[in-house]
Amino acid sequence: MKRNENREGIKGMANPGRYGIERVSYWLMRITGLGLLAYLIGHIYETSSILNGKSVWDSMLQLTQTTQGHIILTLVIGMCVFHTANGIRLMFAHGGFGVGKPTRPDYPYIPNSQNMKNKLCIYASIGVAALAMMYGLSVLFGE
Amino acid sequence: MRESIIMKIHYGTALGAVVLVAVHVLFRITMMSYGDSLQYENVIANYKFVPYAIMLELILVLLSVHGFNGLRVILIELKQGRSYEKAVTYGCLAAMAILIAYGSRTILMTSMGMT
Amino acid sequence: MAEEQSPTEASSKTVTLRIAKSNPEHDSASQFAEFKVPYERWTTVLDAILDVKKHMDHSVAVRYSCRQASCGSCGMKINGRPGLACFTKISELNSDVVTVEPMNNYPIVRDLVVDLEGMFSTHKKMKPFIINEESEVTANTKEFLQTPEQVEEYIQFSNCIKCGLCNSACPTMATDSSFLGPQALTQAYRYVADNRDKGKNERLKIIDESHGIWRCHFAGSCSQVCPKGVDPAMGIQMLRGYLLGFKK
Ligand code: SF4
Repeated sequence: MKRNENREGIKGMANPGRYGIERVSYWLMRITGLGLLAYLIGHIYETSSILNGKSVWDSMLQLTQTTQGHIILTLVIGMCVFHTANGIRLMFAHGGFGVGKPTRPDYPYIPNSQNMKNKLCIYASIGVAALAMMYGLSVLFGE
Repeated sequence: MRESIIMKIHYGTALGAVVLVAVHVLFRITMMSYGDSLQYENVIANYKFVPYAIMLELILVLLSVHGFNGLRVILIELKQGRSYEKAVTYGCLAAMAILIAYGSRTILMTSMGMT
Repeated sequence: MAEEQSPTEASSKTVTLRIAKSNPEHDSASQFAEFKVPYERWTTVLDAILDVKKHMDHSVAVRYSCRQASCGSCGMKINGRPGLACFTKISELNSDVVTVEPMNNYPIVRDLVVDLEGMFSTHKKMKPFIINEESEVTANTKEFLQTPEQVEEYIQFSNCIKCGLCNSACPTMATDSSFLGPQALTQAYRYVADNRDKGKNERLKIIDESHGIWRCHFAGSCSQVCPKGVDPAMGIQMLRGYLLGFKK
């Protein structure tokens, strides 16, 4: 009989609480990645309408130039900026940069890898994404 | 393929895409107003500008590889098993190839004036 | 012999201790048993559980040994986060209810006791020993000398007590049963970073597979729960630096 491994499961993996902002960024990275992939597929489908002439392109354009379309695009801008900014931080970290230096552990054992630099970068990524979304809103709705 | 090679491709495609997508977006907002840049004639002109078409093709390849490898990573972390993982890997590869082929067809035909 | 003082008389504060009880041999459902337990500022969660065992329900299964965060036996989920019961004070949880459950990502033996065998086997897979042909002690060999700086490179990671908390907090471990896990990967780094060791390439090969080091996404939960300051997240990223070519 296969033993129940008592895995925390998707609920535990996707729960961004309990472990601070680093776990939130892990969660956001996943969600934004999936969202961007969905958008990429949609975007390629949408732009391919150009092959069917001006009228089809114009009607597709009309379909996306709605309030919902603009809101979706604004979300995409935010996801894209966060995924990029956080991705760059992660690439550095994965190479061993900015994760602190090994030291002799001492009580209360604050881990060096969970340092202020990384936390600030995560907050900055969220902040820049929010700014980009505001800019996007102004361009999209300000026409 | 060794996982480290796949992941190096993952990082490389990410870096390439960041630069090119930035140019792609700037094309939409710097040349003329965002709305005008999406007009049929202007978009067609964009496609016919060969360096831009090549850039679009590159973005398509880079993002498809990055995106579907990301999806593969998420899926193999969710569930394990030989046949499942094989299906995920080949499924993602196939989806990637289809998306690239479909997007390339648009880029190629439009840039050659076959609209 | 001095008569034992009733704990309830000695303390004015009480906490509700909820203990997850289950026995997979009979059925897999877990039920919570609730106990009102007196506590002081210094009372640990393990003290409270042992109090329950002694005075209220001796059937509660719990594994412990040193009571001072050295043996790594009493890892469990305390109010939803993995921690050592002997290293977590009730007073610092700031809650009237303390819920203890077995750690996730390990099979349950009974109640709060989990089977750590899976972690031990991935640990062994990392070849947790110095690989060096000259390490055999013979009549002519001397011990390897290291500078304090060389020791600093790995000493932090050698503090691991194999409690398994990191594997329980890891988001990849939550769904990936083939993942090597932060404990094992950090131990791989502990030996790779040791200048006496010559087994780097062997170990890098072991961790460079589809459920190896690349399944770590630097969420850092492992480091946040590690009771010994090992900082597995740091070790893993440093180790990945070798595979990415940033370190030689
Ligand atoms: S790294 Fe820390 S949390 Fe993980 S097993 Fe070792 S001591 Fe426990």
